Amino acid sequence: MNSTVKRIAVACLAMFALLMVNVNYVQAVKADKYSEDQRNLRNFYERYAVQRGRITAGGKEILAQSRETDSSEFRFVRQYTDGKLYAHITGFFSPESAAGIEAAENKLLDGSSSDLLLRRSIDLFTGEPTKGANVDLTINPRAQKAAYDALRASGKRGALVALNPKTGAILAMVSLPSYDPAELSGTDKSKVFARYDVLAKDKSQPLLNRAIGQTYPPGSTFKVVTAAAYLEDDDSRGPNTTVEAPQRLPLPGTTISLPNYGGAACGAGQVPLVFALEKSCNTPFGSIGMQLGYAKMKEQTEKFGMGEQIGVPMSVTQSDFGPEEDKAALAMASIGQRSNRMTPLQMAMIAAGIANNGTVMKPYLVNKITDSKGDSIEDADPQELSEAVSPETAGKLREMMVSVVNNGTANLAQIPGVQVAGKTGTAETSDNRPPHAWFISFAPADDPQIALAVIVESGAANVGAEATGGHTAAPIAKQVMEAVLKN
Amino acid sequence: MSEMAATPVPLPAKRRGAQLLMLALAVGITMFAYANVGLAMNGKVPAGMLTYGLGLGGFMLAAYLVLAKFAPWADPLILPLVTLVNGIGLVIIYRIEESHARGTAGASATNQLIMTGVGVVLFAVTLIVLRDQRALQRLTYTAGFVGLFLLISPLIPGLGKTVNGSRIWIGFGPATIQPAELAKIALVVFFAGYLVAKRDVLALAGRRLLFIDLPRARDLGPVLITWAVSLGVLVLQKDLGSSLLLFGTFIAMLYIATQRTSWVLIGILLFVGGAFLAGQIFDHVQARFEVWLDPGRQEFFDRELGGSAQLMQGLFAMGAGGILGTGLGQGHPYLVPLSFSDFIFSATGEELGLTGLMALLMVYALIVERGLRTSLAARDPFTKLLAGGLSFLLAWQVFIIVGGVTNLIPLTGLVTPFMSQGGSALLANWILVALLVRTSDAARQPPPQAIQNEGLTQVFQR
Repeated sequence: MNSTVKRIAVACLAMFALLMVNVNYVQAVKADKYSEDQRNLRNFYERYAVQRGRITAGGKEILAQSRETDSSEFRFVRQYTDGKLYAHITGFFSPESAAGIEAAENKLLDGSSSDLLLRRSIDLFTGEPTKGANVDLTINPRAQKAAYDALRASGKRGALVALNPKTGAILAMVSLPSYDPAELSGTDKSKVFARYDVLAKDKSQPLLNRAIGQTYPPGSTFKVVTAAAYLEDDDSRGPNTTVEAPQRLPLPGTTISLPNYGGAACGAGQVPLVFALEKSCNTPFGSIGMQLGYAKMKEQTEKFGMGEQIGVPMSVTQSDFGPEEDKAALAMASIGQRSNRMTPLQMAMIAAGIANNGTVMKPYLVNKITDSKGDSIEDADPQELSEAVSPETAGKLREMMVSVVNNGTANLAQIPGVQVAGKTGTAETSDNRPPHAWFISFAPADDPQIALAVIVESGAANVGAEATGGHTAAPIAKQVMEAVLKN
Repeated sequence: MSEMAATPVPLPAKRRGAQLLMLALAVGITMFAYANVGLAMNGKVPAGMLTYGLGLGGFMLAAYLVLAKFAPWADPLILPLVTLVNGIGLVIIYRIEESHARGTAGASATNQLIMTGVGVVLFAVTLIVLRDQRALQRLTYTAGFVGLFLLISPLIPGLGKTVNGSRIWIGFGPATIQPAELAKIALVVFFAGYLVAKRDVLALAGRRLLFIDLPRARDLGPVLITWAVSLGVLVLQKDLGSSLLLFGTFIAMLYIATQRTSWVLIGILLFVGGAFLAGQIFDHVQARFEVWLDPGRQEFFDRELGGSAQLMQGLFAMGAGGILGTGLGQGHPYLVPLSFSDFIFSATGEELGLTGLMALLMVYALIVERGLRTSLAARDPFTKLLAGGLSFLLAWQVFIIVGGVTNLIPLTGLVTPFMSQGGSALLANWILVALLVRTSDAARQPPPQAIQNEGLTQVFQR
């Protein structure tokens, strides 16, 4: 029987050899295919296997952090300290996607970025688990809170962006309505997706970051740009240059004419430029736009950064002066109507550019990135985006904008002891809703610490005259400026 | 065969010291792995480490002492190798239990450790009671009857229980037993005794077809009966694994006994025919085949009964492990349904990787080959058949379950010997090891010295 036992022994060895070859096939050859399979939950759990870095504001205020759990599926879950307040900045970290900083800085937050290679190598040797890098934002928590509270008190939808005009650092960025990122960052897929669907279908678009993701007709706030183009066109012009200010401006090629707000007269038909801006007359700026021509108007807008691809790091929707049409359209675009569409961030950049002697700084949100041990990975490096106007022109614009606050439509933005420069806006919308209320400003006028733009959707109250943007939006701006200035 | 007998075999040494050392190593590796799980999952050495180590170490020391006393010539490798596989199984079960994940409520390393203890007791009792394995030859038909009864016992109304669609359990109150596990040993004993008695007849040549000598038609009886019983297990209990295990082992033993390749061919033909018929008639057999051919298909993955979800989860686990594994306690093996029993091999693959599985398969192969070596060295046909049959049974079982979970062959439910959680299988396999140890003791004992000349009689002491 020994010969058959030997053959059985060979057969058994062959069976084990087959098993071994097959195990090699499964674990070495097919492994990648299995790990990519959508039905493999390990990819899902992998998202929660690493302790993501913190997102902080101003170096200490924690906006988002990962907490260790007892679960072996979800080792770390995301927590948002003041979710709704910072929702559009932090974004969320859902089972299959992310938004805001969570998405834009994901590779650093989860530690997979090549910038963290050194840290990971050290961790490998010391046996410490890899942690993600911490992201510190330029946000000023007090300004953010003031902006959120003030805007929410209006009861309307809207957005606010505040910048440090000297660096481009974003001090506050609020969009309303907001959402709670915690609801979208849970680990229960069906619950998160159901909540996401509700938010995505909500007509008020809570998921939309209006500050950078939505464009609006800028209305009268755009007259600052038209004024800038007018001043740049000829050095001899200044705040006291007389401009034509008829009660109605006939629009060439049409049977209609452009009125002032509420059909009111603007002075005596010929007024200084500063007066036209203070009272936010339409006819002088419509006329200036037509006088300068489409090319010069568009060029000036572009000098303020419009048309540039900007990431803060979240990508910003492009603003647009509108296509070249007839003279009538140009007149309308020059007072911020027609096809003229600006993001709140773009309007804040216009205010900041004037505040910063004509130089627009590139806006940014990330102040500093440090690895889990506190070593710096990346520090913010403020960059010039463009030279919008000459310092002389900037000075003239500043003088006029101060006058708008002191003597014009924006008296509600006045702060005792501080010179505030600003411009109101009331933007008509094509549908039959009330117009949007705008305000752009910076302060203190002689040494600007903050420049901002605020829009309150359909927020123009029916208070007559030209004061609508000033009535609703300017007080909000005032509270934010105060929060930054009264340190 | 004659060549083998002519070569003088050097007397084997007992190698007790080496065995004790290897046993300590097997327990040590298990302890190390156990600590590893605790450190990875909870950041500290598990609290039960000492109890656990003393438990397993104590059981194995007891097994060793019994072996040293009652089977001193036994193969020194078998016990340490089995201890290692048993220990790794305990660690994986502990790891699954610690995850507290959904569907792992059944995992209990403590229960398995207790069962290991009972297994060692049965191991010892077998060695103590059964001083000569040839005594089993006298129990051939008793064993056959017991085996058959155990096999069909789950079908007895009131006694049998259906779990997961298979009627392979019997219950006494809360305790359940899987009698097929014990039946397989009884049946190997029966096959060995029966084939030793009938092998001359079964080896008789009938007609010659091409280059194969066919057996005589009247000798087909035993094969057909075993085939029918196997099919019965398949049809009535829906237990594909045991059916295949039983029939394959019988054919292998028949081949060893008669040295006729024709039996193997007949066996394969009968099996393929039976499987084909079963596939035509029974949906669950058909389903297993479909899944085997294309396990990734969404339709099969979503199918509630006879679907591929479990198999795919097992493959995902092994894929996640890759070459080196995630490390104990650092993967997600609990995602595989029944990761602590039927699919423990996949779970091991995730955390210990290809490296660990190769080592594990090598350990199984070594146990099997040591058993077959015992069969070669055995001095009587019954012992040869018994050792050969038990070794093949073990190899065949590993092949069926590991091949199944790695999708080499269609998946049929069987336990992974010594690893899967489950008392019946563990106890049965410890008895199987006791029988192998007993036969190896007999085979390796130096033959009694023939007295050639009284005047020159010397007393040898080793």
